Amino acid sequence: MTREYSTHRLPAYLGALIALLLSAIPLPHALSIWRPDLLLLVLMWFSLMSPRSTGLLYAFFWGLLLDAFSGILLGQHALSFVVVGFLVHHFHLRMRMFPLLHQSLVVLLLLWLYQFLLFWIDGLSGHPSNDWLRLLPGISGALCWPLLSGLFSRFAQNN
Amino acid sequence: MVALRERGARFAPTRVSSLAWRAIALICAATWIMVIDAKHDGSGWLRLGLAHVVAPFHRVVEAPFALHESFSSSLTTRDVLRTEITTLQAQIDRDALQLTRLHALEIENERLQKLLDVTPRDALRTLTARILQVDLDAIRQRVLIDRGSVDGLASAQPVMDVHGVFGQTTRVNDSTTEVILLSDASHAIPVQIERNGLRTIAVGTGNPSQLALPYLPRNTDVQVGDKLVTSGLGGVFPADLPVATITEVRRDPSQPLVQVRAAPGAHLDRDREVMVVWYKSQKPSPTPDAPQHAAKSKSQ
Repeated sequence: MTREYSTHRLPAYLGALIALLLSAIPLPHALSIWRPDLLLLVLMWFSLMSPRSTGLLYAFFWGLLLDAFSGILLGQHALSFVVVGFLVHHFHLRMRMFPLLHQSLVVLLLLWLYQFLLFWIDGLSGHPSNDWLRLLPGISGALCWPLLSGLFSRFAQNN
Repeated sequence: MVALRERGARFAPTRVSSLAWRAIALICAATWIMVIDAKHDGSGWLRLGLAHVVAPFHRVVEAPFALHESFSSSLTTRDVLRTEITTLQAQIDRDALQLTRLHALEIENERLQKLLDVTPRDALRTLTARILQVDLDAIRQRVLIDRGSVDGLASAQPVMDVHGVFGQTTRVNDSTTEVILLSDASHAIPVQIERNGLRTIAVGTGNPSQLALPYLPRNTDVQVGDKLVTSGLGGVFPADLPVATITEVRRDPSQPLVQVRAAPGAHLDRDREVMVVWYKSQKPSPTPDAPQHAAKSKSQ
C-alpha cells in the first residue's frame, strides 16, 4: 500500500470526471439518498496514493465544478473538498499504513466532516435542512472505499 | 522511518506549512466565491461561465436516457401505435366537447364580470419543456428542464403540469433552467382554500408527496379533502391554479396551530414534461374581494 502510483494527472482527472457524471445519474429517491459522494472518494484516493499529481487546487477545481453542476451555492463543495483534501494530504503517509478496514473508518469520518461542512454552509446561506439523511452517503461511501481502492490500484498498476 | 524514506522528506516541515497556507488561501477563495454568488443570487459572471462549462456534462448524463426513449418510440409496433391513436382520438373528442361547453361558460363569465366591473382574469401562455434526466441533489427538490433564456424564460416563473402547479423557475441558463419544486423545503406558495377562500401559505417538506400548511390557527375551518388553489398573491403564480388537496388535519389541544398536510396535485416525482407559464401581469392584480376578505378577517 505504501508505493506511490504514477504522477500522471490524466487518470486523476478522468476518474473525477466519471465520478462527477455518475453523481447526476437519476436514481429513485430511496436509492439516491444513499448515493455515495463518489467525486470526493476519487479525490481522496488520488490525494492519498499520488499526492504529487493532485494538489489542493485539483480539489478546489472539482468542487467548484460540482457546485456549478448541481446548481448549489458556488464554492460550497470547493471549500469542503479543500478541507478534506488538506487533511488527506497532511496525513497521507499515516493513512496509507492503515489496514483497509481502518482506512474505511477514517474515510467515514472524513465524509461526515464533509457533510457537516455542507450542512453548516447550507445553514449560513439560508437553506437549512436538519435532515439525518445527510449521514447516509458517508456510510455507503465508507463501504465503497475498499472496492474503489481495489479497483483504482489495479487500474493504476496496469498503467 | 517511513517518513525518512519518503522523497522530499528533508523538506517535510516547509512542505507541510506551505500545504496549510495553500489550504487557507483556497478556503478564503471559496468563501469569497460563496459570498459573491449569494450576493448576485446565482447570476454572477463566474456562475454563468461555469454553467456553459457544465451544460455539456448534463447532456452527456441525459444522452443514454434520450437515446433509449428515441429507440423505444421508433421500435413500437404498428398495433400499439394504432391503439394509442384510437384512445387519443377518443380523448380529443371528449376534450373538444368539454371545451365547447367551457367556451360558452367563459363568454358568460366575461359578460358577468363586465357587469360587475371586475378586472378580467389574465390569459395564460405556456411553453412545454422536458425534464432532463439529471439528479441534482438528493436533499433538495429541484429539476433541470430543457428550455432556457433562448426560449425567453426568466427566473420566478410558474411551472405547471396538467394536474396543477409544479414549481417555479430559479436559475436560467442559455438552454436549461433549474426549477424548484413545490415540495422543496425552502419553497413556499401563497394558496387559498377553494371552499371558503381562506388564504395561507403552503411550504414544502422535502418529501415530493407532501406539503405543509404551518400557519393556520387551531380553530380554522379546514377539512381533509379541501382543494388548495393559488391565491395570486406574491406575484409569482397567477390566481386559481390547482395546487394540492388536504390529506391530514391534526388538531392538538396543546398547540396553538393546526397541523395540516396536503398532497400536491402535480406529479412531482413522475413527470417527464412540464409547462412554463407566462401570464399578462407578473405583478399581483388587485382582486376586488381582497379588501372585503381583509375586513371580514378583521371583524372576526
